Amino acid sequence: MKLQTATRLGLYATLELARDPARTLSSADLAERFGVSTHSLAKVLGTLSAAGLVQGGRGAAGGYRFIGNRRRITLMDIVALFEPAPGNRAKEPGEDTEIGTALQRVLTEIDEIAEATLRSVSLETMLKHPM
Amino acid sequence: MVAIRPAQATDLKAISALDLRLTGSDKPAYWREMLAPERHFLVAETGKGALAGFIAGEVRAWEFGQPAAGWVFAIQVDPRTRLRGVGSALFDALAARFKEQGVTRVRTLVDRKDHLILSFFRAQGMTAGPSLQLDKELP
Repeated sequence: MKLQTATRLGLYATLELARDPARTLSSADLAERFGVSTHSLAKVLGTLSAAGLVQGGRGAAGGYRFIGNRRRITLMDIVALFEPAPGNRAKEPGEDTEIGTALQRVLTEIDEIAEATLRSVSLETMLKHPM
Repeated sequence: MVAIRPAQATDLKAISALDLRLTGSDKPAYWREMLAPERHFLVAETGKGALAGFIAGEVRAWEFGQPAAGWVFAIQVDPRTRLRGVGSALFDALAARFKEQGVTRVRTLVDRKDHLILSFFRAQGMTAGPSLQLDKELP
């Protein structure tokens, strides 16, 4: 499964902060840890903050901490903040043909399994059982 | 806290009733079969002796070509006693019995739209197994 860069960074940042909710890390700290630019991480943290998962900010030096519920929040909750919803996808050319419909059934099957997997893994499970 | 013990014929009524309440399907004969000696059928009981939940499973070898593993057939916990570790206690008790029988893997099948039960098994450290389940409506 291919996730956009922002989605992966959102997952990294949320899990890193959720590891210790008492700890505060700046977007610069997190950017260094994952080897990405502070700018791209600051944007991701803005989205996570608007969703009520993390709190903090104010510039590169401002710290963020995790304020969500580790047992309730799943990987899918984070993915859904950055990826388009499966039902909201624009129709591709050829999708209405017989072959297009058959192919779409296979792709939907894969999406459903991926979504079920992401929805079943809470942050708590992820941090307790690193696979 | 709950006590875990093997299910008996006298528990079947409460087990069937709990299952019917949670799944909407009444299958007393199925639960009676779970009392077979080769199966593990365990109940969790509250301090007052009420049924808090149950789990059923069995060690099966070469099912679908796979070497011996402990299969979890069913688990239910009374919603009134959820979030108190009843499900985990049942799972651990069944896993301990599987280990006593010499198997090192535990396996189950889950409705992929049932996020609650999927999350429960994930929280026990389970991940996708080696098999994919396939299915077809017969013409």
